[in-house]
Amino acid sequence: MNDRALMWKNLWRKPVRTILLVVSITIAFAILCVMLSFNDAISNVRTLPTRMITLSKINFTEPLPMAHYDRIARMEGVAVATHMNWFGGYFQEMPRGFLPVFAVDPETYFQVYAEDLQIPAEQRDAFFNDPTAMLVAAPVAEKFGWRVGQRIPIKSNIFTNSTSGDSTWEFMLAGTIPTPQGSSQTGSVLIHYDYFNETRTFGRDRIGWVPFLTTSAELNDRVSNAIDQRFANSADETSTNDEATFNKSFTAQLGNIALVITLVVGSAFIAILLIVGTTMALAVRERTKEVGVMKTLGFSSGRVLRMVLGESMLLAFLGAGFGALLALGLLAMAAGAGGGGPPVSLAPSALLWSALIALGLGLLTGLAPALQAYRMRIIDALGRR
Amino acid sequence: MTDLIRLTDVEKNYTRGKEKISIFDKLTMRIEQGDFVAIMGPSGSGKTTLLNLLGGTDKADKGAIEFDGKRIDNLNEGQLTAWRAANVGFIFQFYNLMPILTAAQNVELPLLLTKLAPKKRRENVATALKIVGLEDRAKHRPREMSGGQQQRVAIARAIVSDPKLLLCDEPTGDLDRTTADEILGTLQVLNRDLGKTIIMVTHDAQAAKFAKRTLHLDKGRFEQAELAA
Repeated sequence: MNDRALMWKNLWRKPVRTILLVVSITIAFAILCVMLSFNDAISNVRTLPTRMITLSKINFTEPLPMAHYDRIARMEGVAVATHMNWFGGYFQEMPRGFLPVFAVDPETYFQVYAEDLQIPAEQRDAFFNDPTAMLVAAPVAEKFGWRVGQRIPIKSNIFTNSTSGDSTWEFMLAGTIPTPQGSSQTGSVLIHYDYFNETRTFGRDRIGWVPFLTTSAELNDRVSNAIDQRFANSADETSTNDEATFNKSFTAQLGNIALVITLVVGSAFIAILLIVGTTMALAVRERTKEVGVMKTLGFSSGRVLRMVLGESMLLAFLGAGFGALLALGLLAMAAGAGGGGPPVSLAPSALLWSALIALGLGLLTGLAPALQAYRMRIIDALGRR
Repeated sequence: MTDLIRLTDVEKNYTRGKEKISIFDKLTMRIEQGDFVAIMGPSGSGKTTLLNLLGGTDKADKGAIEFDGKRIDNLNEGQLTAWRAANVGFIFQFYNLMPILTAAQNVELPLLLTKLAPKKRRENVATALKIVGLEDRAKHRPREMSGGQQQRVAIARAIVSDPKLLLCDEPTGDLDRTTADEILGTLQVLNRDLGKTIIMVTHDAQAAKFAKRTLHLDKGRFEQAELAA
């Protein structure tokens, strides 16, 4: 036996109480890990300094006329431009079959996002040459069990197919896009804009947004100003930003994740701080006599303090560890359930934050009872007067 | 015989509210090495306070307390703690065992303060449990043992680090006569065969008969001061 074994035994003195505490800490840490991992996945998408995006000044759901794309592509400082349109796609059923399907102009899209579209030439050509072809991120194909060459019916929850009269389009899977960590194509499904545009029943010749490359990042400000001024006071005013700013504002429109994390996790941890702190104080109070006996036997006050603190640390790290494991499971389940979006894995930063918060939680909840045990006089603890 | 303990003109006061209560006023006593002394006296006579002073769990206001020729009354908290661990074994009325630990683990507790290797610790624990006749209860928890057995474990815990002095506070106060006599017999063996100096506070005249001598304390003074000094 040693001090650590003694701490462990003390921790499990009342198993039900300890289990309930560990469960509550586990849940808080699981929420923390999941939210930080989501934030990490969203904010760590790779960006190019020369890549910019023009979209409607109103918001990104408001389409722009195709003519905007033509004008932007010809503007000074723009190396190459492409355009994208949200399809609102899903496979078979929502929400499990949700897919972020983008109708794109294949050739220019491959130029603007070249670094993330390293696929075999035959797959790229198959996509270019067949208007009904589609490319999907490899994990998406894997998730639904799709094979290259297979024809896949994709439904839209926005548009209607003028050919079939319903909301289904059938696409041939031309290839899959590998999506390493940070890839801009994570979760993507790409289809031909022209095919989509010809067969949709409304909104023709309008596009969602215009990504483009500038000839130099130093020109970004000048180009963005020129574009937005060019369309100022028109029916479709624009807002042009570099890709990083666009991603940030896109995330912001989904909700201020950082604020949500701070509020949700913060309130959870404050509640836990109070619960665990009170319980630890109660646990030490229950052991008043034992603390007195230990001191009588020759355990120094400092050693008793370390043991009580160690116990609260153990509790906090146990909860943090289980929380991280639970988060791992939840993220794996989310990856299996959801179709699109970046695949979220447990972020190393989430683990680091968990360790730091567990350290703080252990210290804060253990400090008062540890000091209480430290200051306890033997004759008071044993009632020996 | 040499003196193991010597108290000289010890004063101890408590304050209760604004009232100052004098427990000892110039108390003097000495205990020889290998002695087995029973201290009797009515409630409030200062028996437990005396035990606290002798065990270094409380401090005298004035006077000198010597152990084995060295002053302990001027040691600081840390020094007293280390001194207690090395020299004193405590046996309480209600055993005060840790409920979460087995008998062997309870006995091992004082050895965590030493630098003994785990194997040597286990050997010492086994020896201590054998002395009190509980080697077959090593893995039992306190709640699985009778009061007498628990007190034996407490005795094993008190002697495992081989202290010179055993301080017993009503060690049989919670036990029936037969069990109490067994425990007192064990204390006699520790005193006679292992040379432990034992100071036992008790209300029980029968228990006191197991000691070599009895001192009566009343209102902070020994009734026969010449026997104590």
